Parts: sequence; C-alpha cells; structure tokens
Amino acid sequence: MGVKVELGRRYRFAASHRLHTDKFSEEENARIFGKCANPYGHGHNYVLEISLSGDVDPATGMIANLADLDSFVNREVLEPFDHRSLNEDVAVFRETVPTTENLCIEIFKRLKSFPKAKLERVRVQETTNNSFEYAGQ
Amino acid sequence: MVLITRKIEFSASHLYHNPALSPEENRRIFGKCNNPQGHGHNYALEVTVAGEPDPVTGMVLDLKELKEILEREVMQRMDHRFLNYEVAELKGQIPTCENIVRVIWQLLDPKITQGRLHHVRLYESQDLFADCYRNGAAS
Repeated sequence: MGVKVELGRRYRFAASHRLHTDKFSEEENARIFGKCANPYGHGHNYVLEISLSGDVDPATGMIANLADLDSFVNREVLEPFDHRSLNEDVAVFRETVPTTENLCIEIFKRLKSFPKAKLERVRVQETTNNSFEYAGQ
Repeated sequence: MVLITRKIEFSASHLYHNPALSPEENRRIFGKCNNPQGHGHNYALEVTVAGEPDPVTGMVLDLKELKEILEREVMQRMDHRFLNYEVAELKGQIPTCENIVRVIWQLLDPKITQGRLHHVRLYESQDLFADCYRNGAAS
C-alpha cells in the first residue's frame, strides 16, 4: 500500500466584515450575531491554509510549483479579499452572511480550479481561537 | 481509536537542482532554492500514531519509545545535515517537503510496531508544509 502526499501552504489576509442579514429584524440580528452585527463592522487577521494533492513530479520533487500556486491564490483570493470589506467588496457576500463558514466555501470555489493539483481542503482561522474547514462536500 | 502526536524539530540545509535540466531551467523552476551552495531551514515534524490504549499502561505507544524511534530514524539522519549529500534515502530526489515527508514516512512506518503510523506532517517554514497519509486512509 502506497502513501498519499499533500502540499500545505498558509497565507494571511486582513479584512473587515459584519454579520447581518436583511432577512431578520435588527433585534433578531443583534440577538443572533451579537457584537458581530455592530453596524460599521470589524476586522480580523485571517490565516488561510490550503492542502493540495497530486503526483509528486520526479523532475521537480513537487506536487505544484509554489510560484504558480502563490500567484493563483494571490489573484483569486488575496487581491480581492486583503484589506477589503468582505460585505461590500466581495460580490457573494452582498447576498450571504460573511461568516467564516461561508468564507471557507467561497475560497474553496475560487481555488478548486487550480490547474496543477487537486484542492483537498481549505481551513480558515478567523482568530487564534476559531478555525473552520471545508473540503468541497 | 486514539491518535497520539509527537513533535520534533531539526535543522538542515538543502538545494533544489535537477542535473537533467539546463542551468536556465533550474533557475526558472526552482528560483532561489537553486542557489548552488544551498540554504537551510528549521524543520518541524509532527508524527501521529493511531491505536487503542493498552488496558494496563493506558498508552497507545510509550512516547519515550516514539521519541527514541524519531531520534534514531530522523534526528541522527537529518539534523544538522545537508540533505542532498548526506541522506542516502534522498539521493536522486529533489529534497522538497513532499519528498522528505515521504522518506520519513517510509523510515518510520516499519519501526512503529505498537499502534500504526497514521499521519506525518513536515513544516519547512510556518507557511509551507507537506502531509503524508497511508493511501486510502481518510485524511
């Protein structure tokens, strides 16, 4: 029986968000989301961890070239998210609440088309005490 | 089933160079990692063993024993070594995280006879790591 190798990479971005939905009254928003519903939003230093699988190329020893991976993640996630308001600047979060659960799903959707390896999962740490994972199912 | 994890750290140097490729291709693919005299990292290794706790000792595997296996198989081979030139198991391979973690798995798997090797993670830096699992096992 062989082994399965995955490549893991961490990235960081800082962004603001507000947990709030027009589907609820202001009182319900405050009750459900607490401080996270404060009207002007707040921010986090997010840590994004991604895992990729694939054959290790014997010529390079790599599942994916880091320069290719970094520029892809930069274009798909870091550029549009870093130092942005998730609610205002990322289209999907005009419709859905930018919880870190939904953020994981959105990041997975954006990264799963990486052509050189298979995206296995994304993990997003919102603070050092909270982290969330999504593997596409 | 219970998982136990032991972490160790070692320091080693390496460089990425494939003699089958031209100097220009080596430079393009590997960038700074191709610098001819090499460079080093503080590697962190997490080794996870799965098993049922022994009813008498309460242990999956005595951590002392795991520590000794890691000392013999990993530390003595790789710590303060130049991975390209001094680690026989890596000869002919580019010593990337992916290849090193696979070599470490192959070294440890036959030595762990109490419990079963479940997961090996090797960090080259805080932001770059590779995981190794048994094929077919849930990751």
